[in-house]
Amino acid sequence: MKLRRLPLNLAALGVLVVSVFPVYWMAVTAFKPTRDIHADTPQFLPLHPTLDHFRTAVGADGFLLFWRNSLLVSVTAVLLALVVALLAAFAVARMRWRGRKAFILMVFIAQMAPWEALLIPMFIIARDTGMLDKLSMLTLVYFIVTLPFTIVTLRGFLAAIPAELEEAAQMDGASRAVAFRRVVLPLLAPGLMSTSLFGFITAWNEFAFANALIIKNQDDRTLPVWLSSFGNVFGTDWGATMAAASLFMVPVLLIFLVLQRRVTTGFIAGAVKG
Amino acid sequence: MASEAQQTPGDLAPAGISVPPGRRRLGAGEPSRPGPDGTGGRRRSPAARPSGVHPRRRDSGRGAARTIAAAWPYLLVLPTVAGTAYLLFYPLLRSVVISFQHFRTGELIRGGAAFVGLENYQDVLGSAEFWTVVRRTLVWTAVNVVLIMVISTFTALMIARLGRRMRLAVMSGLVLTWATPVLAATTVFQWLFQSRLGVVNWALVSLGFDSFDGFSWFANGQATFAIMVLLVVWQSVPFAALTLYAGLTTIPAELYESARIDGAGAWQIFRDVTFPMLRPLFGLITSLEVIWVFKCFAQIWAITQGGPDDATTTLPVYAFQVAQSLHKYDLGSAISTLTVLILLVVLVAHLRRMYKHEGEGL
Repeated sequence: MKLRRLPLNLAALGVLVVSVFPVYWMAVTAFKPTRDIHADTPQFLPLHPTLDHFRTAVGADGFLLFWRNSLLVSVTAVLLALVVALLAAFAVARMRWRGRKAFILMVFIAQMAPWEALLIPMFIIARDTGMLDKLSMLTLVYFIVTLPFTIVTLRGFLAAIPAELEEAAQMDGASRAVAFRRVVLPLLAPGLMSTSLFGFITAWNEFAFANALIIKNQDDRTLPVWLSSFGNVFGTDWGATMAAASLFMVPVLLIFLVLQRRVTTGFIAGAVKG
Repeated sequence: MASEAQQTPGDLAPAGISVPPGRRRLGAGEPSRPGPDGTGGRRRSPAARPSGVHPRRRDSGRGAARTIAAAWPYLLVLPTVAGTAYLLFYPLLRSVVISFQHFRTGELIRGGAAFVGLENYQDVLGSAEFWTVVRRTLVWTAVNVVLIMVISTFTALMIARLGRRMRLAVMSGLVLTWATPVLAATTVFQWLFQSRLGVVNWALVSLGFDSFDGFSWFANGQATFAIMVLLVVWQSVPFAALTLYAGLTTIPAELYESARIDGAGAWQIFRDVTFPMLRPLFGLITSLEVIWVFKCFAQIWAITQGGPDDATTTLPVYAFQVAQSLHKYDLGSAISTLTVLILLVVLVAHLRRMYKHEGEGL
């Protein structure tokens, strides 16, 4: 029996190695001293761990600035999308109105929009309106990119909360707004949390628009664009390059860890109340 | 959507956390009021009420208060509609308009672009280069999607058979890959395939392929193309495999048992039980992968910008090159428009074939 499962487990091991190795290699390289990185035979374990490369990466020209830009753009875009989407999701999930179907269709179309095809017109519009090289333009783009799926997911979460709860609060004399804030919002918190974190990852990782819309003002670049030109920054210092890539990835990884629990609870909440 | 990345986790959120559509409230909207039977039973059993038959009470209007209440939903969706109109539909329209204009650097600075009819499209469709790029894009899409679907299917079937601990390990590994940002991945892959210090060349030489000693992957068109395929497949498999595995767990075990009793082999079981059960899911994932791979831009631009010798120039990359590097915004827009049209044709063909299969199965 054990022997029969051997090929299966070997295959699983293969998949595991292939999926994990690149990320592992990034981290290991970042922690290895340059001498070990340049060794003829690669060293698969960080035998002499060092933080030198992380110091080089953080000390590199503009790293903290680009980190701040990325954070600013992503957080602002997500908050904006969250507020706008919450309003729309409420109208869709809790109200009945003429044009509701058309609105839902519009959101679905927006969700499948060919964003890459918009690089050129966005560039031209940004230029015409004096928004080129501005982080605010990038924020607006990330807002509209994350908005459709934020509406769709929030609507799902909202629909999972029984309207009787609000209705009961309103019977007790609360206004609709108060009922929403006191009753629905707390229940919606996990949904808001996971939706915004997913949106944050999308914005944090975005490269194409950041690359097309921030051209002359190099101080307004974001981390992905900066990282894409690592050759200009670090030359052949692969340790520092991998350290920078690792630092870029850390927030996303943390969010995934947080989300794993959140998403599961949100999912279960949705399933149980069916 | 969620551009770049094609597969930023953001894209996938709805798959994981959405709520079954059947649970959507039907007649919601206003404070509870008695139902026809006087029990406030408007929504006792949403499922029992056929959709579209919810009571309407617009006609019972009560003057100004009603009018304000009726305006609420429109006020709530106004920001979304305005944002989408200005930041999505207007740029789309602008792109189409520019593709019918003469729009170069001069027009960009001074404005006043003149309409030239179909001239740009004639230019683009008449150039051999464009058709080379189209062919390359189709090959790129086909190779990637086939590899992604085959590997994901095997991975999903494998996960389903693993013991608990190994399954957890493999799934965690896949999630880690999935979580890796595109730009982190492109950076790492350039390091893996570095000519002198890269671990891949070391491994190949150790295995006896001496010709890879110091081999410059990114100087060779085909080698670069292969690396880009590897990168995109590596990034795409986790989503497809985990989703397919989730689908596999919904297939009742009895089906497998009865198939086994009938003496079906592994391949027959897959063909006659697993695949038919998961056909809609397969169709959905394949469509998503086609979209993501076809319009993949960030990975290619970050590593090669379409080179070397245009070996990795696919349609989205080509459109951007023509517009940004050559400042031919009009031709770039025409190429973008054609790109979207080609993608639509590919998807419609795919969906129709799927639909036909579905019909045969009935």
